Amino acid sequence: MNMKKILSLALSGMLCLGLLAGCSDSASGVVNTDGSTSMEKVMGVLIESYQENNPGVTVNYNGTGSSAGITAALDGTADIGLASRDLKDSETGVTAITVAKDGIAIIVNPQNPVADLSVEQIAQIFTGEIANWSELGGSEGQIVPIGREAGSGTRDGFESITGTEDACKYQNELTSTGEVIANVASNPNAIGYASLSAVDDTVKAITVDGVEATEETVLDGSYAIQRNFNFIVPEEGELSEAAQSFIDYATSADAAQLITDAGAVPLA
Amino acid sequence: MESNAVPAMSQAEAVKLQPRPLRVMELVMKLIFLICGLISVGFVLFISLYLIVSGLPAILTIGPVEFLFGTTWASTAAEPQFGILPFILTSVYGTAGAIVLGVPVGFLAAVFLSKVAPKRISRVIRTAVELLAGIPSVVYGLIGMMVLVPAVRELFHLPDGASLFCAMIVLAIMILPTIISVSETALNAVPKEYEEASLALGATEIETYFRVSVPAAKSGIASAVVMGIGRAIGEAMAIIMVAGNVANMPSLFASVRFLTTAITSEMSYAGVGSLQQQALFSIGLVLFLFIMLINILLNTFLKGKREK
Repeated sequence: MNMKKILSLALSGMLCLGLLAGCSDSASGVVNTDGSTSMEKVMGVLIESYQENNPGVTVNYNGTGSSAGITAALDGTADIGLASRDLKDSETGVTAITVAKDGIAIIVNPQNPVADLSVEQIAQIFTGEIANWSELGGSEGQIVPIGREAGSGTRDGFESITGTEDACKYQNELTSTGEVIANVASNPNAIGYASLSAVDDTVKAITVDGVEATEETVLDGSYAIQRNFNFIVPEEGELSEAAQSFIDYATSADAAQLITDAGAVPLA
Repeated sequence: MESNAVPAMSQAEAVKLQPRPLRVMELVMKLIFLICGLISVGFVLFISLYLIVSGLPAILTIGPVEFLFGTTWASTAAEPQFGILPFILTSVYGTAGAIVLGVPVGFLAAVFLSKVAPKRISRVIRTAVELLAGIPSVVYGLIGMMVLVPAVRELFHLPDGASLFCAMIVLAIMILPTIISVSETALNAVPKEYEEASLALGATEIETYFRVSVPAAKSGIASAVVMGIGRAIGEAMAIIMVAGNVANMPSLFASVRFLTTAITSEMSYAGVGSLQQQALFSIGLVLFLFIMLINILLNTFLKGKREK
């Protein structure tokens, strides 16, 4: 009995040492990030694994929205602003560092003969201007647009890219990607949207303007329904050592798998 | 005399001999019981206070009339609107529908179990009812989503099956166990003499059940219905998967959002401290008041029963 105890103690002690060995002796301090709520998942995994490797640094995330994040980076209330869109021409004094891309697949039931839609047609479907699949060369049937709940990052991304903010007429508002996929899979007249990484064989991802939704087409920019996840940093003034090290980590190849797991497409 | 004196003696001795720690133990245990009793009181007070404190500000900001009677809910729009009338009506209609569908079935099942069924069959049915009560609500939702929603879509030739109607059916099934077991208990409590008297006067068995047993168990059956209402109005998980969750004004085959599902579907993304989040707490407060009202009703029914 006692031997066993001693042995397990010794083993756990060794494991603890192993943990310490993984730590790099780099920056310390606090990094405040502020902005896009769509980036919450990506930031969550990045912060968690970064802090594991850099116990001296605390990274905070505050979800306020892309515009607020850009403002925060500009006036210095945050070290890094987060924006799930690119900078507008009017937003000067800051630069954007793209850490990941967010591809949103448009999905229909596998039985649906429609295979390609333009961004404009997609917008018209979701705002109710096009109500029947026969108008799009499909079989007769009323279109059932399925979306996510208000506040969801995927919904925000989809509506801002297609220009349908607050104008979508959903038949169904579901609270998870999985539910959207399950609903589209079970209804031959449904159309929905989901993070590219979540799409599986039970639904058919249609091509948008003739371009298939894949990681490659998102990365090279040819797939239309996508947006950048950007870190926003001020052009002038030095970043703190901790903030710079976090940015380096987020854009490194080490973070790529984490970003994929969080449903986005890594650049590295 | 002697036999009486002996135990009295030993009792006195026992008190004398009783070691002190035991009395302390008694006190300590009583204190522990008291604390356990107070814990639930404390939680009720805390939750009520918390709901009121966090729910009132949004109602005051939005305006009570606009909040309760507004017909548009667009919490994340550029110009947000917070009207919860669609949710209130959906919850009321959905619960009413569940009662209309569930009570006749549950009530007749209870009559069958209590009066008509042979012992062996009633045992099987009772086990099934107990199992039905034990199924987690998310499983009801899942099966509703995978089986009921497509079936309703095909049956009524709708573009999409997720609707108030599906939610009513799911709720009706979920309240069955409550209604059956509470009404059965009430029917079992009817004195045998009543029924025997009725039968002796020449009434048939069915006449006896409906003219004698059921009126005698009236208040118990009524409390079963009220408990069913309470269960239905508070349910969220099962119906969020079948109701569609769009903040429409309710109609039978429209995609609708309940008071409960309005909170569940938006809470995870609502900004901390935002008006949206506060409004969700306000919905919680409204729901809480609804359920309080039902509990008060229930208590009046039960009291009425006791006085009889």
